[in-house]
Amino acid sequence: MSHDTLPRRPVRAPKPPVTSGPAHRRRHWTRRPNPLAGLGSVIWLAVVIIPIYAMITTSLTSQDKALGHNALKPPTDPTLENYDIVLHSGFGHLLTNTVTVAAAVVAIVLVLCVPLAYVAVRSRGFWSSAAFRLFLLGVAIPAQAVVVPLYLMIAKLDLYDSLLAIILPTAAFAMPVSVLVLTGTMRDISEELYEAMALDGASPTRMLFQLVIPVTKGGISTVVIYSALQAWNGFLFPLIFTQSDGPRVLTLGLFNYVSEFGVNIPALLASVVLSGIPIFAVYLVARRALVGGLMGVGGK
Amino acid sequence: MSSTVSTGTKGRPGKGVRAGRPHPSWVLPGVLFFAFFAIGPMLLAFYLSFTRWNGLGDPEPVGLANWQKLIDDPRLTQSLTVTVLLTVVSWVFQTVVSLLLGVWAAGRQRNRAVLSAVFFTPFLLSSTAISLLFYALLDPNFGIIQGDTLGTTSGAFLAIVFVGGWQFIPFHTLIYQGGARQIPEVLYQAAAIDGAGRYRQFFSITLPQLRNTATTSTVLMIVGSLTYFETVLILTQGGPGTDTAILPYLMYEAGFKSYDFGYASAVATFLVVAATALSLLLVRLTGFGTMRSTREGM
Repeated sequence: MSHDTLPRRPVRAPKPPVTSGPAHRRRHWTRRPNPLAGLGSVIWLAVVIIPIYAMITTSLTSQDKALGHNALKPPTDPTLENYDIVLHSGFGHLLTNTVTVAAAVVAIVLVLCVPLAYVAVRSRGFWSSAAFRLFLLGVAIPAQAVVVPLYLMIAKLDLYDSLLAIILPTAAFAMPVSVLVLTGTMRDISEELYEAMALDGASPTRMLFQLVIPVTKGGISTVVIYSALQAWNGFLFPLIFTQSDGPRVLTLGLFNYVSEFGVNIPALLASVVLSGIPIFAVYLVARRALVGGLMGVGGK
Repeated sequence: MSSTVSTGTKGRPGKGVRAGRPHPSWVLPGVLFFAFFAIGPMLLAFYLSFTRWNGLGDPEPVGLANWQKLIDDPRLTQSLTVTVLLTVVSWVFQTVVSLLLGVWAAGRQRNRAVLSAVFFTPFLLSSTAISLLFYALLDPNFGIIQGDTLGTTSGAFLAIVFVGGWQFIPFHTLIYQGGARQIPEVLYQAAAIDGAGRYRQFFSITLPQLRNTATTSTVLMIVGSLTYFETVLILTQGGPGTDTAILPYLMYEAGFKSYDFGYASAVATFLVVAATALSLLLVRLTGFGTMRSTREGM
C-alpha cells in the first residue's frame, strides 16, 4: 500500500520506484513460467472450486432427485424450488437483522476506536499507553471465554433476546484489532503535518477531523471491513444471547435450517448460497477496497 | 528530518509552534465500553468458577468444587490435547499453503490475478455457512465423499482442520501476498547477478524477508484457531464421543447443555489464562505490539 507512506514523506514522488508497475514486470523471477507453482495453483483451484460447484449444482437439484445424484455432475433438471423454500422461510428478516447488527457494530467501533487510537498515538503518558496495552492484550481474549458471565450480565440488563444483546459484545470484541490497525496507520503521520496545522491555530479536535481522519482513510476502511465481517460471521453471541425469531440473525438462521429442513440437503445448501450472495455482491463492486482492507488487518 | 520528539509537555526547542495534543480522557468511552463487555466478564467468570449456578436464581458459592472437578475431569486432558493438536496441525497446514499461494499471487501476471480472485471466494462465506456446506458434502448418505468421514476420530479431526483451512487460507494468502510485494526488488536483482536460481532466491530472500508477515499471520491463526467453535458444533458436535471436543466446546456443553455454569466458568477461566499466556509469549517473542508501526524503510 504505497500511498500510505505518502503523508509521511510529502515531497516524495507519487510512485516510489520499488512498487511501481513497470518495475514489477521487470522482476527477474516472474519472467519465466514456474511449472511447479503452476501445478500447485491448479491443485488448490480444484480444492476451492469443487465444494462450491457441488454446492451450487446440489442447490439446483430437487430434493427427491438429490439423493443418489452425483453432486459433481451438472443437474439434469435444474430447479429453483429450493431457493423458493428458503426465501419463504423468513430469509429476508434474517438478512435485515444481520445488516442492522453489522451497521451498528461498525458505527460503535469507529466512534470509540478512532479517538482512542488518536490519543494512544499523540498523547504521551501513563494512561494513554496503558489503554493501548489493554487492547494489545485484549486481542487474546477469546469470546467463548466470556459468554457465561456475559449471559448473566445481558440477562440482568434485560437485554436478553434482543439485537442489542448481539451488537454490544460483538462491537467490544472487534475493538482490539481495530485499535491496533488504527494506531498502526496513525503512527505514520509526520509531526510536521501537526505542526503545520498548529501554526493555523488548530485544536486537537480539528486536527482529528481535518488531518488524522482524512489521512487514515486506509486504516479506517480496514476497520470498517473487519468489524462488519465480525458482525456478519458472528455465531456464538447470537446463539447464546437470543432465542426467538425476532432478533434472529443470518448465521443462526442457517444453523436452525439444519433442524428445520432436516434431510433436505438441497434446501440447506440453497440457504448457504443465498447467505453468500450479499457479500459476493460487495466483493464484485468493491473488490479493491475489500482486499486492500483485509491486507490492512495483517499490518504493513 | 528534524523530528526530535519532545518528551514532556514543555515546548520543543528550536520551533515556535507546538502542536496541541488531545486530552488523555478521550480514551475513556472506548476503554470503559471494552472493560464492561470484555474485561469485566472475564473477572466475573473467575468469580463464577467458585459458585454453583444453573442459570436461574443467584449463584451460590461452593469454594473450589468446580476446580477440583476440572482437575479430575478426564475430558479436560483430552480436550486440551485436541485443542493443542488442532492449533498446531492447522497452523502448519494453513501457513504452508498460504505462504506458497501468497508468494505466487504476489507476481503480477494476469493469470495469477484471475486465479487469486477465485481463491478468495471461500472467505465470502461465513464460518457457519462453510461448516454447513461441508456438513452437507460429508453427509454419509448424500455427500460427495464416500463413507462416514465424520464418524471416525481421525476423519473428524482432519475434517475440522481442512474446513478451517478452506475458510482461512484465503485471508492468510492475502497477508503473505501483501508481504511478498513489499520485498525490495533490488534483493532479487542482486541475487540474480550472483547466479542464484529461483528456489535459492525463495529460501534466501523471500522466506527471511517474510519473517514479520509470518509473525502477524501466526498470531492471528493461533488466536483464531481457538475459535473453531462453530465448525466443531456443526460438523462433529465434539464427536465421535468427545474426541473432537475442543476447550470452547467443552465449556459450551457444560454451560448451555448441562446448565452447570459454575463448571463452565472454570473451563472458561482456564481458557483465558491459557490464551493470555500464549499471546503474551508470542508478543514477547516477536515484538508484535511494536511491529505494526515499523513501515520505516519500506
